[in-house]
Amino acid sequence: MAAGWETVVGLEVHVELATDTKLFSAAPSRFGDEPNTNVTPVCLGLPGSLPVLNRRAVELAMAVGLALNCDIRPSVFHRKNYFYPDMPKDYQVSQYDQPICSDGWLDVPGGSRVGIERAHLEEDAGKTTHLGGADGRIHGAVGALVDYNRAGTPLLEIVSRPDIGSAAEASAYVEELRAILLAVGASDARLEEGSMRVDANISVRPAGSAELRTRCEVKNLNSLRSLRNAIDFEARRHIELYEAGEAPVQETRHWSEDGRTHSLRSKEEADDYRYFPEPDLVPLVPDDEWIAQVRAAMPELPASVRARLHECGAEPEDAQVIVDRGLAPVVLGAVAAGADSRRTVTHAVQNLALDGAELLDPDGLASLVNLETSGQLTATQAKTVLVEMCARAVTAMHATPAGAEDPSGSASAAALALDPTAIAAELGFEAMADDELETLVDEAIAANPEAWEKFRAGEAKVAGVFVGAVMKATRGQADGHAVTQLLAQRRDA
Amino acid sequence: MTSAHAIASDVRAGARRASDVLEDFLGRIEMHDGDVHAFNTVTADQARAAAAAIDAAVDEGRDPGPLAGVPVAFKDNLCTRGVATTCSSRMLEGWQPPYDATVVQAMTAAGAVMIGKTNLDEFAMGSSTEHSAFGPTRNPHDLARVPGGSSGGSAAAVAAGFAPLALGSDTGGSIRQPASLCGIVGIKPTYGRVSRYGLVAFASSFDQIGPFAADVADAALALGVISGHDPADSTSIPAAVPDFEAALGRGVEGLRVGVISELTGSGRNGAATGGPGTAGAAGEVLDGIDADVTERVHEAADALADAGATVGRVSVPAVTYGLTAYYLIAPAEASSNLARYDGTRYGLRVDGADVEEMNRLTRRAGFGDEVKARIMLGTFALSAGYYDAYYGKAQRVRMLTRRDFDAAYADFDVLLSPTSPCVAFRFGERADPMTMYRCDTCTIPSNLSGDPAMSVPFGIGAEGLPVGVQVLAPALGEEPMLTVAAALERAAPPLPAPPLSTVADPTEGA
Repeated sequence: MAAGWETVVGLEVHVELATDTKLFSAAPSRFGDEPNTNVTPVCLGLPGSLPVLNRRAVELAMAVGLALNCDIRPSVFHRKNYFYPDMPKDYQVSQYDQPICSDGWLDVPGGSRVGIERAHLEEDAGKTTHLGGADGRIHGAVGALVDYNRAGTPLLEIVSRPDIGSAAEASAYVEELRAILLAVGASDARLEEGSMRVDANISVRPAGSAELRTRCEVKNLNSLRSLRNAIDFEARRHIELYEAGEAPVQETRHWSEDGRTHSLRSKEEADDYRYFPEPDLVPLVPDDEWIAQVRAAMPELPASVRARLHECGAEPEDAQVIVDRGLAPVVLGAVAAGADSRRTVTHAVQNLALDGAELLDPDGLASLVNLETSGQLTATQAKTVLVEMCARAVTAMHATPAGAEDPSGSASAAALALDPTAIAAELGFEAMADDELETLVDEAIAANPEAWEKFRAGEAKVAGVFVGAVMKATRGQADGHAVTQLLAQRRDA
Repeated sequence: MTSAHAIASDVRAGARRASDVLEDFLGRIEMHDGDVHAFNTVTADQARAAAAAIDAAVDEGRDPGPLAGVPVAFKDNLCTRGVATTCSSRMLEGWQPPYDATVVQAMTAAGAVMIGKTNLDEFAMGSSTEHSAFGPTRNPHDLARVPGGSSGGSAAAVAAGFAPLALGSDTGGSIRQPASLCGIVGIKPTYGRVSRYGLVAFASSFDQIGPFAADVADAALALGVISGHDPADSTSIPAAVPDFEAALGRGVEGLRVGVISELTGSGRNGAATGGPGTAGAAGEVLDGIDADVTERVHEAADALADAGATVGRVSVPAVTYGLTAYYLIAPAEASSNLARYDGTRYGLRVDGADVEEMNRLTRRAGFGDEVKARIMLGTFALSAGYYDAYYGKAQRVRMLTRRDFDAAYADFDVLLSPTSPCVAFRFGERADPMTMYRCDTCTIPSNLSGDPAMSVPFGIGAEGLPVGVQVLAPALGEEPMLTVAAALERAAPPLPAPPLSTVADPTEGA
């Protein structure tokens, strides 16, 4: 950032809500099917069709709102009128001046709190493919095909206040928001696939000032990297304009692969969407009981999970890794079952970037960690057993016939997670007696007298020679940590 | 003419075949609809199959339902699966919906037989059926005159004896006014009483479907069939459907009936007979309501008093602003509702160099002048900078209307007014839009408030043409409304039959 300036960013995030059906019709809300198959008269805007609000979409919106500390308020749907071929009714039904969620906040990991202005429900449009133009672009196209499968998909638009001060913070905000959306099951929130779309309102101001200058809205940000780069580019562009005695104009700009933003439209006429209350729907007034039900059904939020992981000794980055891998329940469960928390966290971070890790039974993981901390397995052996536990968990899951799942879920997981002691025995991992290890260490010292002299003289790094020799002798099954301790004992004796 | 009640009763009892009933009506249509032009489509083949199915059901000992074998005509803005639904517009000419409107399902499930789709002012915008893209419908009482509108085809079909029952839609009076001009009964139920699913929208917050019939009992029968909560219409009211027919014989003793002062200025001044007297502050009296019409309203009030009702005059001041408010809100909603006719998905398409030009050319060719005028008016009323002054202010008038009616219903059970300010007029007589819009003066207030109202014939006016009296009731007050309408029907002087019926009937004596 150029000296004397600071960046001001507000983000508008659209997410597709993970409902079975669309916002106002019973058509499946699903992608990848034959075009125009997941449609009803409502999705196509056929004359005479009427919308009926999807209760589940409202509940997901409320859950996100509660997770973002918003007020849940009575709301009204409006019609946003404009002509576009992939808009079946030539208006979009959207909450306008009375959104369901308002005035909340999100704490970005690392400290800052970003205000949430609102989160509102709206319907998505269809998808237009232009024929004949390069790469389906409108330029040079000879015709267009419209797929209305997406038309009417429920969207939640989450609008932050302009409280974000940097590209990194914007990126962290989106990551945290995504974690929340995943945790409450509101959306799969995939930026690359478009189920989560981020638009950034970017401006700059003299450092320390509280003013809000002209902002530009940047679209087409389909990765966190594009988001960060676009913010940096756009902020620099604004600063250069101001420093040249000019000023940016308020407009929508398009982030492109060339690493720049481009003005989307030349005409500066404001759109007039002629909003008015949607007369085909009644006001949405969630009562306290409904809100309480949604609140009661909410899972633990990522920030709270991370705090508990931190209490288990996980550093913030490690806690994030554990949450991202979906391992928090396994880790916290294992610790609760008596496993050493540091070893458990270390396994989760270092050894569990594996399919099936999230299927592990917490008690099974706890048993494994106990075997290791009690010296019955070396760290290397423990890792090998862990890998095998994950592999067997995946196999067992695929072997379970569809629909025959144990309703309790955890019971079947327990059945999958074979006892680590049994697996260790199968793999031939016998706990090595201490005197046996001592003998091997002494043999290694005897075989490398020069190295031993160096080690005794304080050259710690030659310890690797002895550890390596012991490992070779045990085919990797010795506990490296124990070997190091024995070497220290011999030296200091 | 045979009533729906008589037909259903005979068919259920096996005394008449639904197929024979149908042929009688198809014969009348064949003979007279060339003059009347009530229908856009006569669904003879489909109707014959449906009637045969009803007969088969009876033969097998099954009850086809309360409308067994009753031919019914549907306004051509009600979606009928596989049958053209045009809204009398070039825009939807030939469009066949893939689904039935909820009311169409309800009628056929009750045993009714669809006989055809009736003409209307394009997209239900008009009060004379002159704005149909397929030519006007004529009034069976005088072929030189309009049947009213916009449901003119449905009203004329029932008046001409083409069907004992018809359904229409009422946004600003489009059921009641043509019922009045054609000398039949027409009901606009409480907003939300009848599902709108499958009714092609004109102005969603006003549109309501209702029945036409030759008498109150048949209208009540059809109303019972189409009423009820529909999960497919979010504005549908989850209320139990009363036995409407039971209300017909209740008598009006003790009912308090208020004559709306603002709508009965001409003619006699007051017909109170010791009732609660004039309630509310006296409002402005609207002019433009013909004396022959108001005189019938006063006679109707007298008849109710004679039958034991307590009759008084009541002021509902906001009704004088109704027309202005309606002609802002309804076009505003219409401008949005009709945006979908852009040539992309269904209906007419006129190709252009790009999408925008295709949209523009399609809409230019597909919509008639009245529809275009209202879309422009509505677009303007919603535009930035004008919203508060027009749409916003009109919504406040709507609230005011609601409040004034509530005040009136604190003192009265039902209200009376003319249905139409005049009897059926000649083609072209009201070509000026403002003159045409004033046809809706007396009917619009109930659309603004959402309350039920109906028109019941009560004598004749100028040139021997039928006059309708409007009976208004509070929300979900269809029962007292029907009680009063039935009483008026009993007291009404007999109407001359439409001259069409004097033409030799091919089925007579068959």
